[in-house]
Amino acid sequence: MEMTLGLKWSDVTPKPQWMNRRQLMAGAGALMAAPVGAQSGMAQTGLAKSPYSTDAAPNTLSEITTYNNFYEFGLDKGDPARNARLLTTDPWAVEISGLVDRPGSYDLADILQGAPLEERIYRFRCVEAWSMVIPWVGFELAHLLNKAGVQPGAKYVAFETLVRPEEMPGQQTRSLDWPYREGLRLDEAMHPLTILATGLYGEPMPNQNGAPIRLVVPWKYGFKSIKSIVSIRLTDTQPQTTWNMQNAREYGFYSNVNPEVSHPRWSQASERRVGAGIFAGREDTLMFNGYGDQVASLYAGMDLSKDF
Amino acid sequence: MLASAIDRVNGLARRLPTGVVWAAAFIPFVWLVWAAATNRLGADPVKAIELQLGLWGLQLLIASLCITPLRKTGLNLLRFRRALGVMAFFYIAMHFLAWVVLDMGLRWEEILRNLYKRPYIILGMVGLLAMIPLAVTSTNAAIRRLGAARWRSLHRLAYVAAVAGALHFVILVKGWPLEPLLYAGAVAAVLLLRLRLPQRLRA
Repeated sequence: MEMTLGLKWSDVTPKPQWMNRRQLMAGAGALMAAPVGAQSGMAQTGLAKSPYSTDAAPNTLSEITTYNNFYEFGLDKGDPARNARLLTTDPWAVEISGLVDRPGSYDLADILQGAPLEERIYRFRCVEAWSMVIPWVGFELAHLLNKAGVQPGAKYVAFETLVRPEEMPGQQTRSLDWPYREGLRLDEAMHPLTILATGLYGEPMPNQNGAPIRLVVPWKYGFKSIKSIVSIRLTDTQPQTTWNMQNAREYGFYSNVNPEVSHPRWSQASERRVGAGIFAGREDTLMFNGYGDQVASLYAGMDLSKDF
Repeated sequence: MLASAIDRVNGLARRLPTGVVWAAAFIPFVWLVWAAATNRLGADPVKAIELQLGLWGLQLLIASLCITPLRKTGLNLLRFRRALGVMAFFYIAMHFLAWVVLDMGLRWEEILRNLYKRPYIILGMVGLLAMIPLAVTSTNAAIRRLGAARWRSLHRLAYVAAVAGALHFVILVKGWPLEPLLYAGAVAAVLLLRLRLPQRLRA
């Protein structure tokens, strides 16, 4: 056991530090005056706002925390909310390895130390053609990668979720080939939209949403946004990714949201917004989930029907 | 022992009005409407409605296909088969309606594209279409008009509906969860039980 004098990361990083200090100081007065939670769907204030946030109304906390695909806790969307309380998220460390200058096991407290936490309200589009709007709390993945020092030869980033079958009942079955694996091209990983999220609605990340730290890549289908990360590895070859291993014809490495490229079994042209009401119908799915202005250039010259 | 139990069940079944089975099969629908209206179906009520209607339809269809194999054990529940079959059709028709109106939001162009491009939608439609002639000929008058033999062969379409319905469920999900496979197994079982065993094994 390294460091920590019996301290846990949550002790080292009490909630106020979670929030952006600058914003806290500047906004303390305004915060007190603000009508907190005037609407149930309103994101909490107190964190730095981001120009990358959508102004669409976020889903409720209840919707975000009871409708989850997190197969480590079961296949039903209600299973994670039921089973994820078993998960121990403290202590937590992330192994950063591969083509980095400073590899090693990073305690979550070290990772959060000086991390520029912000609120990022992102659209979230599942490959199953439903969507939400989620007020994440997080910081740019680039911040952590720079901290570890990316070496020139690195081209990809590979992520892995915790494997702990005794706390993750879904891992006692072979529903997927554990550990859950995901990956990004380095330029995708370094993009300012790509964040590591440690909370939502101004609170620490609920276990069922991928506590204590997860990836969020808002222009890709939700399964790319890997949860409960314990390993980040910089590589020069394209890493294996879980759903691609499961069914390469249906799930590509890129998995960018693309209304023109159907899933082999269903259309991706439109989506249902969770929480919109029984008779709300559908809305058109946007290219790159509406983040095309920021990310389309990453894929210039690529045939996205082949590199789907 | 078993034989007397079967006799007792047969006796009870003779006295039970078929209306009870019709009503019992309709109760889940009433519950679903109430649960939807009072916001008890979770974060995604549309998916919950769609899934429940489809599941109940498939369950009733499988139940209706159990009647014949059960007769081999001496259990005679034939009087209830019409209620099970017609209510299966009702739930499948509602399942389709929920898909068109609630899930697809009446986006006709997308619906039509799905109908010829998506195998699981096509299978679902095959199942629904196979059940329409069955529902239409579910009356005593229709049986008389068609004659028992023709009616029986027409109603083998129920096998088509069950197979299509089970496959529809298996291929619409991500990965290979157990539940759809169990339904597929149940459909396979009730159909296999209908196969005539070779003469020498039957004695």
